[in-house]
Amino acid sequence: MGRKLTIEPITRVEGHGKVTIHLDDLGNITQTRLHIVEFRGFERFVQGRPYWEMPVLVQRLCGICPVSHHLAAAKALDMIVGAGTGDGLTPTGEKMRRLMHYGQMFQSHSLHFFHLASPDLVFGIDSDPLKRNIIGVALENKDLAIQGVMMRKFGQEIIKATAGKKIHGTGAIPGGINKHLTTEERDSFIKGKDPMNIDKMIEWSQVAIEFFKDYHKKNKEIIDHFSVFPSNYMSLVRKDGAMDLYHGVLRAVDKDGKKILHDVNYQDYLQYIDEEVRSWSYMKFPYLKEFGKKQGWYTVGPLARMNTADFIPTPLAQKEFEIFKDYNNGKPSNISMHMHWARLIEILHSAEMMKELLNDPDMVKGDLVIKGQKRNEGIGLIEAPRGTLFHHYEINGKDQISMANLIVSTTHNNQPMNEAVNFIARNHLSGQAEITEGMLNAVEVGIRAYDPCLSCATHAFGKMPLEISLYDSNNNLIDLKRK
Amino acid sequence: MIYAFGNPGRQDDGLGNRCVEEIENWCNDEHIPNIETESNYQLNIEDAAEIADKNIVIFVDASVEDIEDIHFTIVEPYEGKSEFTTHAASPAFVLALCIKVYKRHPRTYLLQIRGYEFDFKEELSPGAEKNLQKAVEFIKQKLTDPEFEML
Repeated sequence: MGRKLTIEPITRVEGHGKVTIHLDDLGNITQTRLHIVEFRGFERFVQGRPYWEMPVLVQRLCGICPVSHHLAAAKALDMIVGAGTGDGLTPTGEKMRRLMHYGQMFQSHSLHFFHLASPDLVFGIDSDPLKRNIIGVALENKDLAIQGVMMRKFGQEIIKATAGKKIHGTGAIPGGINKHLTTEERDSFIKGKDPMNIDKMIEWSQVAIEFFKDYHKKNKEIIDHFSVFPSNYMSLVRKDGAMDLYHGVLRAVDKDGKKILHDVNYQDYLQYIDEEVRSWSYMKFPYLKEFGKKQGWYTVGPLARMNTADFIPTPLAQKEFEIFKDYNNGKPSNISMHMHWARLIEILHSAEMMKELLNDPDMVKGDLVIKGQKRNEGIGLIEAPRGTLFHHYEINGKDQISMANLIVSTTHNNQPMNEAVNFIARNHLSGQAEITEGMLNAVEVGIRAYDPCLSCATHAFGKMPLEISLYDSNNNLIDLKRK
Repeated sequence: MIYAFGNPGRQDDGLGNRCVEEIENWCNDEHIPNIETESNYQLNIEDAAEIADKNIVIFVDASVEDIEDIHFTIVEPYEGKSEFTTHAASPAFVLALCIKVYKRHPRTYLLQIRGYEFDFKEELSPGAEKNLQKAVEFIKQKLTDPEFEML
């Protein structure tokens, strides 16, 4: 008799998800699906609200990456107040926002690597689940754990200094920013007592990359073969092809690196991207219209950004980028676990960018806001830690939001995560006589590589649980693991 | 340190944040010394560093558990797997991480405040407002009780 396995909830991933795996009579995988089972309707909720509330209001979406939503909304509203499409702000306005964004990238990626990914790397995917956490890492490698804690803290302090406060930051406003960095704040980030200064953060970012590269050398099988499948990749890049996490044009490449979306203006995203609804998941499946639903799906996030960018405009991260590209023979990496490698290179890039910005005189003086001819529509886009994030608003004559469309990173990665689950299930679970905790964790490791935030992807409220259910060929539930 | 976590944009989820705001104002008005306050969306690993050098920490959080209004408990360190199933961490997990990394830790408590509604609104539900006042009075009493400090 065939079987079906459901994994629910996914541990260490935000939101609510369920994995179902169908097995045939011989225990071979016949179908896998990552289901998203809650829906929240945030886009409808904001309708009727004054448009200027959006940068603060959207932070209700998620406690994990409120800064990304804050900035994407502010960029959309820049257009509505006539401040251009992302590159028309005052130097201080744009640079303060960028510092906030790199602080967010730095802390979010650090959390992911040290808290969510490193336990699997340090102890192994099938190790004791009670030990497989950052406290276990602290016992095994105390320095690594301390670095994780303090890098998160540094990024959070940058956010507090630029957004004004940790909760419901108000820093980014339509047309610019509402504060400078004080000289005291700037000096504390540059010359603060170890480890709370930017030079130490750059040093630790390099240490983290070396940790990964060393692990990679010793564990090529896990990193390079754990989950591999061809994909298209999409991200912002700067107009000259450089990695840019805050502003640029949209580029997509195929699995071989051929450009399939040619540095287009993201204001026209509806010409290029559509979303498919499938009956078994609340989360939509975006795809590039030109290539259709089957061939047009794509990956976003750190790995996509490595695969689309021509170079990284900071020297230390560029060196690591070259090593990454050489390892993959100059082609896109189609290896899910390289997402961790890419994420670490972005941590270093973010640290370098923060240093450059902290030393920029525009951070402590200069005009904050610019406004122009008002419009009734705005589209904002940034590269959030997990990938490309769209905010699109229309307003009515009373300055109220009449339409909102948000496409978050995890939604873009819906199909890639399903592909990863499928690959891992076929290679780690198929034909096995018994489903062990280690096998289930393997599926989760594949999903976690994408760092999904299912909470805002599905517009769901609550903690993220995951269930794995196993079904036979007659659709009878024969096993269920819940975490 | 009085440390709240929750999202004030989600109605009663912001109970802890409101409580800490009121305590902060009271400390300022009454010139109560040596009290630090902190507020965030959720706890996470960096909070191990935040609490490491404190004598006493009271975490304050909204709760949907079956409690009448407020519930005050000692936090015991817990590093079990279920404590880090999301991007957020529990007080028990933060405390356990603090002990492992810094080899020291504060006396740690959790004050839970019963919440009822968690929609997209800034204001608290009427029931939560009542519980908030009980929580604020409870903390004031603790902060002015010499025996609590000396425990």
